[in-house]
Amino acid sequence: MANSTDFLLALENVSVSFDGFKAVNALNLYIDKGELRVIIGPNGAGKTTVLDLICGRTRVSDGSIKFKDQEITGRKEQEIVRLGIGRKFQTPTIYEDLTVFENLELSLPRGRTVTGALFWKRTDEVARRVRDIAAMIFLEEQLDRSAETLSHGQKQWLEIGMLLIQDPELLMLDEPVAGMSVAERGKTAELLREIIKNRSVIVIEHDMKFVESIAHRVTVLHQGQVLAEGDMQSVQANPKVKEVYLGH
Amino acid sequence: MSITTSIATSIVRPDKRSLELIGFALVAALILVVLPLALDIFRLNLVGKYLTYAFVAVGLVLCWGHTGILSLGQGVFFGLGGYCMAAFLKLEASSVANTKIQSTPGIPDFMDWNQITELPFFWIPFKSLPLALIAVIVVPAVLAFILGAAMFKRRVGGVYFAIITQALAAVMTILIVGRQGYTGGINGITDLRTLWGRDIRPDGAKYVLYFICCFLLLGTMFVARFVAASKLGRILVATRDKEDRVRFSGYDVANFKIFVFCLAAAMAAVGGAMFALQVGFMSPSFVGIVPSIEMVIFCAVGGRHSIVGAVVGTLVVNWGKTLFSESFPELWLFAMGGLFIAVVLAFPRGLAGLVTDQLIPRLASLRGVGRRQPSPAPAE
Repeated sequence: MANSTDFLLALENVSVSFDGFKAVNALNLYIDKGELRVIIGPNGAGKTTVLDLICGRTRVSDGSIKFKDQEITGRKEQEIVRLGIGRKFQTPTIYEDLTVFENLELSLPRGRTVTGALFWKRTDEVARRVRDIAAMIFLEEQLDRSAETLSHGQKQWLEIGMLLIQDPELLMLDEPVAGMSVAERGKTAELLREIIKNRSVIVIEHDMKFVESIAHRVTVLHQGQVLAEGDMQSVQANPKVKEVYLGH
Repeated sequence: MSITTSIATSIVRPDKRSLELIGFALVAALILVVLPLALDIFRLNLVGKYLTYAFVAVGLVLCWGHTGILSLGQGVFFGLGGYCMAAFLKLEASSVANTKIQSTPGIPDFMDWNQITELPFFWIPFKSLPLALIAVIVVPAVLAFILGAAMFKRRVGGVYFAIITQALAAVMTILIVGRQGYTGGINGITDLRTLWGRDIRPDGAKYVLYFICCFLLLGTMFVARFVAASKLGRILVATRDKEDRVRFSGYDVANFKIFVFCLAAAMAAVGGAMFALQVGFMSPSFVGIVPSIEMVIFCAVGGRHSIVGAVVGTLVVNWGKTLFSESFPELWLFAMGGLFIAVVLAFPRGLAGLVTDQLIPRLASLRGVGRRQPSPAPAE
């Protein structure tokens, strides 16, 4: 094929404007298979918007987004999810009225039609899969608890678990350690190192220490464009980056 | 020791599931045994009428309480079910022998008064009881599907959806009243007499219809419970709380909303059909905005998260309405408005919430105190 790439995800010349304001401006971004990419940048740089564009929550005004060489712009959110892209929101977005078990069970990528859900059976295999994931996200003791009683950090983990159980090829995490204690941050970094083994991950993060502890490559966004890209040291040494972001 | 404690707490504080089954059993005992024994047939027939609204309230529990879709147009579906049933009954009552004084014998009287000389084509299926019974469910469900698909696929929800359903209720009333020759107009379809040759008006028939209504209602409650307890039920709750997350778990949220809206419409329609049978007529006054909102209030008072609560709430509010309007008819609307405000402000989970959040914990703590009392003594 003429235009095929080895990238898992390729954003080319992507723009989006809200009422004339270009939140993302002719952005190019390529994610390899198995890569952990961290996106940093000052507030309003368009980081969350980029994730919204990839997962279909916001429509691109211009440009192309390809996942595994398939154009995904214009597809519905649930179709993009089914292709293998998982998305975690900035604030923990879980089902507070359900138990931890039920939260994970609903996220299992099966029985997604109306009839499939109506006649769903909780088999041993389903329960085992839920327990495996719960163990990974440090919540195996909390399975029967209502999700609203979890601590903030546990809610963040639960949402990550809800994505893991979908087994996506690309996982996008928007500030996964926001509001976590130091100990929780350490555990989350450990978790990320564990889950990256089988997939690509995009993380948006402000916490530089955390970024240093996990990142392969760092992309710095500024005013909807890539300001710098590379490993942590080169990005930190970049004078432009220092000026807009790290110096503050 | 710990085993006896856990048995004691399970008796005092039963889990949600067994509590619900106890509620189902109490409702069944009340409507099948207590009320028929305690009331004369006139009052029992009134209860039967109230129970037809309970079908709507049970549908609203799924649609509003569980999924968060507030429909202010359930009267439309109740009415369509009722009209489909009434259309069959009216045709049966309008035999050529019964209507020989009309200028066109064999068609319903209101058509004759409106100079219609031939049965309109969309009335013809209602000559057959099986077709009419199918229409009772299918017509409202199809309308709900069209409305639901148009709204939910475009992600119209919340207040906008409520307003649109309310507009639908207004449109339907205007349509029925305006097309008098086809619908019976403001008077509705009256003078219903027989169902497959059996008179529906004498006391014996009213008893039979009452019990049919009870069994259909209990069946509807079990269907609602099955749906609520399935994974689909948990998806509905998840949709209410975090719609985006459900979408990003790969579900097509609109399909689930359409399903529950159609189901609620079908339940309301069964209630409407039983209404036409038990009350003996159907009119636009049960279709419009006011009855649609009243049905929401029944559900809110009973507790919009509880199937049993919705049925009890419907009975209580209607009983109050009858008692109240017999003495102070002009005050009832104010009383109901006040009741609704009180429920929303003071106990948003309704009567069912009072039982599960207040009464049962209090009973439990009473027993708990009784159990724990001896223990401080040896400690001293």
